[in-house]
Amino acid sequence: MDIPYTVQPRPDTGLYNAKVGIWLFLASEVMLFGALFSSYILLRVGAPDGYWPHGWLNVPVGTANTLVLITSSITTVMAWASLKMNQFGRFKFYHACTILFALTFVGIKSYEYHDKFTHYSIKLADGRLADGHLDEKSKDFDLAKKQGKIVIHGHVVNLAAANENLKEELKTIYDPHSAEGKKAKHSKLEFNASEIASMETYGPWHNTYTAIYFTLTGLHALHVIGGAIVISFLWSFGAKMWKTDPERFTNRIEISGLFWHFVDLVWIFLFPVLYLL
Amino acid sequence: MATAIPHTGVHEVHHHETDFWRTYVFSTDHKIIGIQYAVTALFFLFFGFLLMVMMRWQIAHPGQPVPLVGFLLERVLHNAQGASLAPKGIINGDLYNSFGAMHGTIMVFMAIVPLAFAAFGNYVVPLQIGAPDMAFPRVNMASYQAYVLGGLIMFISFFIPDGAAQAGWTSYSPLATSIATNGQTFWLVGMIFLITSSLLGAVNFIATIIQLRAPGMTWMRLPFFVWAQFVTAFLLLLAFPPLEAAGVMQLMDKVAHTSFFLPTGLAVGGQLANVSGGGSPLLWQHLFWFLGHPEVYVLILPAMGIVGEIIANNTRKPLWGYKSLVYSVLTIGFLSFIVWAHHMYLTGMGNRVATFFQTTTMIISIPSVIILTCMFLSLWGGSIRFNTPMLFVMAFLPMFGIGGLTGLPLGFNFSDLHLHDTYYIIAHFHYIVAPGTIFALFAGIYFWFPKITGRMMSEFWGKVHFWSSLIFMNLIFQPMFAQGMAGMLRRMVDGGANYSQAQVPGGLGGLSPHMLDLHRFILYAAILLGLAQIPFIINLFWSINHGVKVNSDNPWQSTTLEWQTPTPPPHGNFAQVPEVHRGPYEYSVPGHSTDFTPQNESEQRIPNPITKPLPA
Amino acid sequence: MSDDHSPEQFSHHVKRYLFVFYALLFGTLITVGASYIPFGHRAINIGVALLIACGKAFLVAGYFMHLVSERKMIYGIMLFTAFFFIGLMFLTIWSVADFPRLPTQH
Repeated sequence: MDIPYTVQPRPDTGLYNAKVGIWLFLASEVMLFGALFSSYILLRVGAPDGYWPHGWLNVPVGTANTLVLITSSITTVMAWASLKMNQFGRFKFYHACTILFALTFVGIKSYEYHDKFTHYSIKLADGRLADGHLDEKSKDFDLAKKQGKIVIHGHVVNLAAANENLKEELKTIYDPHSAEGKKAKHSKLEFNASEIASMETYGPWHNTYTAIYFTLTGLHALHVIGGAIVISFLWSFGAKMWKTDPERFTNRIEISGLFWHFVDLVWIFLFPVLYLL
Repeated sequence: MATAIPHTGVHEVHHHETDFWRTYVFSTDHKIIGIQYAVTALFFLFFGFLLMVMMRWQIAHPGQPVPLVGFLLERVLHNAQGASLAPKGIINGDLYNSFGAMHGTIMVFMAIVPLAFAAFGNYVVPLQIGAPDMAFPRVNMASYQAYVLGGLIMFISFFIPDGAAQAGWTSYSPLATSIATNGQTFWLVGMIFLITSSLLGAVNFIATIIQLRAPGMTWMRLPFFVWAQFVTAFLLLLAFPPLEAAGVMQLMDKVAHTSFFLPTGLAVGGQLANVSGGGSPLLWQHLFWFLGHPEVYVLILPAMGIVGEIIANNTRKPLWGYKSLVYSVLTIGFLSFIVWAHHMYLTGMGNRVATFFQTTTMIISIPSVIILTCMFLSLWGGSIRFNTPMLFVMAFLPMFGIGGLTGLPLGFNFSDLHLHDTYYIIAHFHYIVAPGTIFALFAGIYFWFPKITGRMMSEFWGKVHFWSSLIFMNLIFQPMFAQGMAGMLRRMVDGGANYSQAQVPGGLGGLSPHMLDLHRFILYAAILLGLAQIPFIINLFWSINHGVKVNSDNPWQSTTLEWQTPTPPPHGNFAQVPEVHRGPYEYSVPGHSTDFTPQNESEQRIPNPITKPLPA
Repeated sequence: MSDDHSPEQFSHHVKRYLFVFYALLFGTLITVGASYIPFGHRAINIGVALLIACGKAFLVAGYFMHLVSERKMIYGIMLFTAFFFIGLMFLTIWSVADFPRLPTQH
């Protein structure tokens, strides 16, 4: 049984099947990420004044990641172009670069996630809020049993402060790079478990900003990983097809490339929205 | 990404020697996959029906143990502490809610859509466009497997401690994630699998229809069923992803303790919830209904397609207004994306937004009416054959008419204020889906059965099935309009007894005993409807091996391509690629020797009776 | 898109890809830079950042994904998708922003 137009394009549409398929799939992905972006806007607009964070993400690191992904995009298209120019060796080189850049991206992302999961927000029993990165936790640290100590590097905020000061205090947490935010003095702080009412890390549960940040970047990262797996497969086992059916193989590279560019496209919007604005 | 079966000659040989597993379980053939979808969907349809009968019994007899199955419910369903969810065989409030939530979920996502879109679509569409299979057969298999996995997860959720999801098929936050059981988690994971299945299927259908039409099969020569499936696939493709996003967010609310949909100050069980807050319950509703509205068109469009095919075939004349039908179905598809908030009139939206959605809702009723009118007009002057498929399809027309017309007061927010979340809504949408879509699906089964098996189903029992189903479906849902207008709300395990005149003597708007009595009437009608399906089920299975054998590949004398193949169609469908020379409904062409001209029949010189006299 | 160009003509395309790449790098740097410019209203920063992002997106979609030379069918699908995406975003936000207020509120 022969399914037509798997490699040769259909004359009236000018497309081969897989190209129609991938664009349809990308259309659905636009709606998926579009819904998440819409949610971001809604949650941000709905947040009370002063409670939507700015500057919680490291801009140089994010910029580096952006450049990594853009470079992986050009290597992807160059990989495809090399095959169109019958240069299999070059294709292998460029796609190996793509895979490496993908892994770099995920690596940098993991570093950023780790930073968030070691950033603590500690509600003290006396009502103040301590906020900082983990220095060390004593081995016997147990909040429920109220034993042990925790050391963080950060500052303490008094959210019960009077109104004029509250805005400034809030900014030390929600806008740490602003003029008022920078006024917070960071130092080594040690607390006994008995002094702590509750604590949590800056994970998705912390507030709606971290929730949408982790969901958006997490879903994006899953797409990066998925794309990297497909490209790796095509680079290794799948490359045999270049010998038996070069045109079909080239099409496969084009299709995986289209997916990869889409992943880059999403990041082009994610980066300014989450990191800069 | 996935591409088709390799087209080198070597693989041709392998296809003949596949074992049972490859042929019937892990098949990539669209016909087998279509049947797999149908069998699985019919199982879920049956299961969803059982849930409903148990619910209706409990509503009609509040506080009393359910007969026959009560002891089973008591034994099998437990909460986390080990106590029964149905103590003494009585369905209590929580269990009723989970039955209700799952009845809706199962019927919509696991029964109707897989049957109407995936089963019929998979079997018939490639045949009707003259293709050897779907564009991506392996993706097709994957989409069926995702459906089974999702369905299994949903099914299993009944039997975990504390049972299945309880917050309605609409799963509104914050209730959905505040209920401290795992049923909701299973529901969300199941939905993600089901949505993935639909998305893969949608990509396949659209690519197939665009790319694999046979030579001569232009867009305006496509059978209306194919157009309907094409638009349905687009609805699934573009409307499901926001629900998938919302599902992921709600799952994170449940397991990662985020607050996407949980507002600040949320209290659960009288205590402030330990969440960050800052979320929006309205956001869930918008994302859900963004799918939810196109979803209802997904439920009806394939049915309209089936109706069109069967009407043309059994009136022996072309469908009236083919172009209008095509443009209407495209318009419905487009408009369905911008009407969704008519499900949310009671959320406190402002006048401008409400007006916008009311306007688009009113406009979308126009193409729906056009389609129904074209179908009605197609009957005029027809040489009608009243076989079982035709009976179901002719009943579809007024039944869908009732369902659609009763939707009009719901489209205006001033009248919806009174009717929202009442039994009126239940009656409205069930009229469209039950004596609407399901009738069309029954018709489709009776109609395409001989192509799949080479035998006809029994006409006599088909007519028994038809008349009994028609009568009982009406008896079930007609009274619900009255109940809804009297103010009876949905999703109440006691059937509204708490709001009865007996409970609140002298109170304004209390439900009368008559309204509550109707529950028993509806229950009897539901049981009788269930019994009426028995001859259908027996007929279906018995006829596979004992039905009257057809004496041709085209027993209904149809013009469309699926009837121009051997019975059943072999792997690859057509021995040679068909060439299409005419439109899909060339019935009763003047001067032709038969009253139907198949689409791929070669062009002959037909003597024109006006310029050339017919032979004496 | 499989047989449109011969291997020799492709080097012309490669130049174009490299040009787009440099444009994207530049775009990234000015996005970051512009975010630090105090325009007064944060809304202006948002507007500028999104504008540059749209420009970069156009380059990736148009040239890397070959949309500028792609068939009508694909264009059509993506145009409808874009319309529905904008509809979802705009109508959702409008619905939440437009709610009945007392005459004294704005």
